[in-house]
Amino acid sequence: MLLEVEGLCVNYGHIEAIRDISFGVEEGQVVSLIGANGAGKTTTLKTISGLRTVRAGRVVFEGKDITTLPPYERVALRLSQSPEGRGVFVGMTVRENLDMGAYVRNDRKSAAYREDLERVFSLFPRLQERERQVAGTLSGGEQQMVAMGRALMARPRLLLLDEPSMGLAPKLIQQIFAIIREINEQGTTVLVVEQNAAQALKLADTAHILETGEIVRSGSGAELAGDDSVKAAYLGGDV
Amino acid sequence: MGPVRTALDAMARRWAGMPRGARVALVVLLAAFFYVLPLVRPPVVTTQQIDFGGVMFGIAAFALVAVGLNIVIGYAGLLDLGYVGFYAVGAYTTGVLTSYQFHWSFFAALPVAIVVTMITGVLLGAPTLRVRGDYLAIVTLGFGEIIRLAVTNVEWVGAAAGIKDIPHPPNIGPDPEPPFGTGGLFTIPSLSWDGLVPSVDTGRETPFLVFGAVSAIPYYWLVLTVLILVLVADRLVKDSRVGRAWEATREDEDAAELMGVPTFRFKLLAFALGAAIGGLSGALYASSQGGYINPQSFPLLLSILFVAAVIVGGAGNRWGAVLGGALVAYLPERFREFSDFRLLVFGLALMILPVYRPQGLLPPRRTIRARAAQEEIDELEGRESAQKEVL
Repeated sequence: MLLEVEGLCVNYGHIEAIRDISFGVEEGQVVSLIGANGAGKTTTLKTISGLRTVRAGRVVFEGKDITTLPPYERVALRLSQSPEGRGVFVGMTVRENLDMGAYVRNDRKSAAYREDLERVFSLFPRLQERERQVAGTLSGGEQQMVAMGRALMARPRLLLLDEPSMGLAPKLIQQIFAIIREINEQGTTVLVVEQNAAQALKLADTAHILETGEIVRSGSGAELAGDDSVKAAYLGGDV
Repeated sequence: MGPVRTALDAMARRWAGMPRGARVALVVLLAAFFYVLPLVRPPVVTTQQIDFGGVMFGIAAFALVAVGLNIVIGYAGLLDLGYVGFYAVGAYTTGVLTSYQFHWSFFAALPVAIVVTMITGVLLGAPTLRVRGDYLAIVTLGFGEIIRLAVTNVEWVGAAAGIKDIPHPPNIGPDPEPPFGTGGLFTIPSLSWDGLVPSVDTGRETPFLVFGAVSAIPYYWLVLTVLILVLVADRLVKDSRVGRAWEATREDEDAAELMGVPTFRFKLLAFALGAAIGGLSGALYASSQGGYINPQSFPLLLSILFVAAVIVGGAGNRWGAVLGGALVAYLPERFREFSDFRLLVFGLALMILPVYRPQGLLPPRRTIRARAAQEEIDELEGRESAQKEVL
């Protein structure tokens, strides 16, 4: 098991954001967390990346308990998150953003670094075209690509994606999910949090449904996508 | 303001386009120009009612402070409203070590003053840098006042009377022998101007290099030299991983953490480095011509002026900070002939500048780029909405 989450509880003040969340991510998988707004998906992800502190529970990555590690030390273990929405550095150029993604690496001049950059550019050709453009002036979809590419520059073993489809046009959403699949096929394990349940289930080896801070259903992506109650609640009835 | 703005931007762009050698040469020329400026005493620029050498000292000292504060505000994005506190700590450490309690030489006290101020910065920053945004401004504001009140009430550091007879930096060459021996290795005459016609003024000579009561110019040279060294160090730090970490932290702390940047440590580092430069400036100020400091030398207003210098100059650009610091120190002296109105004129200038140029006189390259892109977008959007209206 690459990542194990055990009995995770997180509070915001007195409000329980997530309660007793447990699941695992196998090496090579795509795991999706789906659920409505406020269900606790983003909190779960932020707790795994270290931006939120836990009240109870453990996060275990590659057999190592990382529950109390700060986010910047988790990146060095090759656990990398692409933040929600427009979490890019808007004042930096595309290239500077990608370089920031590799901040924990000390091989900026190496061939391996160049290769990783090429890989990001081949996944997102748009970014190569806009290499010198300031990220704040890009479209929402392009910013999403910057955020994902930046996370990839840390060479993650596990990539955490927070709502990659948020605010994007349907055609672009499909494109982004195709790229996520490609990233996974190239060998990176992916944990994705999504409101767009249809796409997230189609992609997932395993999926979990969150409601008010708890996991209410788990199963393979196909299994959940075919379930009538899931269809009714998350897929708008017809997919 | 329009033409000034365009000229400044054009200057910045031309600068960015120049080859490296040309830039170095230009900086050397510029530095040389500033070294001789108080001797050349060019008309219009030279202050008439107050010693120009002293004014130039004030300008260089203010620019140095602004460069230090620019690390905190411009690079790390932390609003520090109590920077005068560090300036005071540096000045008082020097005063206590060289005069009031001990009798160290200036150059022995200087590094201690810097280290003490740096430690003060860490002590203030460690608990407070965990809070974000506005709270930090309030906490630092309090810090500046606490330092001032503390030195007012502690006998050991001179209380309200302050510290006098702070020794000057050591002279190079023979010491002056009153009443006629100027001392120094040689003396340098100044120029005086009759309209646009210069002549050599032997009545106004600067002994090289005597830090005494006669001329403020050697103090100015010392501070200018320190300023240049600090600017070089600033550049090295800004262009390193440290500079990139500050930039990421300033833009988005969570995202920076996710990239592997320990943001708290880098904020603390910015605070400590900024404090060290503040303390360095304070130490230089304490041992300057007057050799006298008291609690009134470090009012809250000074903190505000330091922040104004950084903002007016262009937060995030070291040359902007130098320019802003220089203007804030120079304008009130230049307009001395307006007597009581000079502060009004100065205040107006401080209001007009940010209104016409909110990003500062010399903003960082990034701001210029972002604005150009934004203008492009606005223009495109304007065109689109115009088209829609037509349809």
